[in-house]
Amino acid sequence: MADLSHMYREIIMEHYKHPRNKGLVDEEGYNKHRIKNPSCGDDITIQSKVEDGIVKDVRQDGSGCSICCASASVLTEKLKGMDVSEAKHFADAYLDLVAGNSYDESLDFGESKVFEGVRKFPSRIKCASIPWKAFKKTIE
Amino acid sequence: MKDYKCDFPQLNDDYVYIDSAATTLTPTTVIDAINDYYRNYSVNIHRGMYKQSYEATEIYENTRRKAAAFIGAKTEEIVYTRGTTSALNLLAQRYGNRILKKGDDIVVSELAHHSSLLPWQHIAAETGANLRYVPLDSEGRLIVDNIKKTLSDKTKIVALTHVSNVMGYLAPVKEVTELAHAVGAKVVLDCAQAVSHVPIDVKQLNVDFMAFSAHKMLGPTGIGILYGKHNLLESMEPLEYGGDMVDFVEKDHAVWKDVPQRFEAGTMPIASVFGLAKAIDYLEAVGLDHIHDHIVKLAKMTIDGLQSIEDVTIYNEHSDSGIVTFNLKNVPSHDALSFYAEENVALRAGHHCAMLVGKKLGVNSTLRASFYIYNDEKDVHRFLDVTKQAVDYFRTLGF
Repeated sequence: MADLSHMYREIIMEHYKHPRNKGLVDEEGYNKHRIKNPSCGDDITIQSKVEDGIVKDVRQDGSGCSICCASASVLTEKLKGMDVSEAKHFADAYLDLVAGNSYDESLDFGESKVFEGVRKFPSRIKCASIPWKAFKKTIE
Repeated sequence: MKDYKCDFPQLNDDYVYIDSAATTLTPTTVIDAINDYYRNYSVNIHRGMYKQSYEATEIYENTRRKAAAFIGAKTEEIVYTRGTTSALNLLAQRYGNRILKKGDDIVVSELAHHSSLLPWQHIAAETGANLRYVPLDSEGRLIVDNIKKTLSDKTKIVALTHVSNVMGYLAPVKEVTELAHAVGAKVVLDCAQAVSHVPIDVKQLNVDFMAFSAHKMLGPTGIGILYGKHNLLESMEPLEYGGDMVDFVEKDHAVWKDVPQRFEAGTMPIASVFGLAKAIDYLEAVGLDHIHDHIVKLAKMTIDGLQSIEDVTIYNEHSDSGIVTFNLKNVPSHDALSFYAEENVALRAGHHCAMLVGKKLGVNSTLRASFYIYNDEKDVHRFLDVTKQAVDYFRTLGF
């Protein structure tokens, strides 16, 4: 169970039980994108607001496994305040990190680093990736 | 009882495979038959005069006879397909498409696997026919009274699932068929989940069509059977056109072969047909009734065991087959699944290609354990132990 416990770190449980920035807003200036993985029940929507090239706000909503929901919560805190190109670069680096690819190690991953635990569980990489892929769509 | 595990080289001491509703493991005899084709034949059928081609053709056609006898059909009523999905799509496209008109009804149920629902949903949209869902009872079963209420003189097709791949319930096939025929409808039976443990006699059941896949009954992937009453198959156009399905070709038209060859265009998966023969041999040697009793007993033990574990929800406590569907309370099924995987216990989580059942149960995703002949009581105990550990583990994490 060592690998499993490496995946279910405290930070993940904390975000799963107390999700940040949950619930979408109905305001001008927000873009949203929803990704579903019906085979496992993950269904996440990410909403972002960009002003003057800066990611002013990120929200999330949906349901799914703990990894997916926690990842969406961490994302909203991490990306808020970055400029758009920085946020995109970060999301790409995160997706490489969880997929087990080489990634930009110079970045400060903070809490999002804990999701590297899914590398040992190939079938869970998708769970940790969905919110970040959805975010990228919101800033396209 | 006999130890069947030794016939299945995929198994080892600490591996518990309880995902047989998805696909069954493959016994050595089936693997050897597939290898036999490639090692000793590797030729095309129906067209060669040489010994190897003649013999391969014999095995291919003898397997058709064997499959026919296995379900009580005539040889010419057996069509090889890629599997249940291909068979049901062929039917919807080439039988449904011909007989359905705007305003006709196709009767289906929420218990259907997507392969027994979506071909009809699609053809309903194309023809203007309506899909009518039989209301399930409180346990999620298909009951005769509700089928009676759904049938009318507008019903042309009843698409029936013999054994639900999520709930494990057996459908009352004979009663449904009598009722359907009384209103002039045809019955299409999806036997994918039933064929591995329920003896089926299509003449006695009097169904008009039925389909199953080899890989859910110890056979290889890529091969399945469509059964149809001969006159009904005769009324259908092919879905695929090409080699080996035609008698005469002119510049502007062609004459199809008789059924079933008309539906088997191109080179079929011959090695898989070799394997299917050995799968049927294996099932007949063990006996379907024996298999049924064995898996029902294991499922019952599992359900009893799960009921004694706190924080487990069981969705089909009266399963008629080897299928047990459940969740750990407050634990998303994919989180739970990773725990089982770490313990080398192979089962499944998700909607099991039957999303409407999940909607009916009010859950997106469930865990499903499904037992087969190579499972034993030890597997059940191991599964229950791991389940207890999983419940404790996720509780400690704070789920």
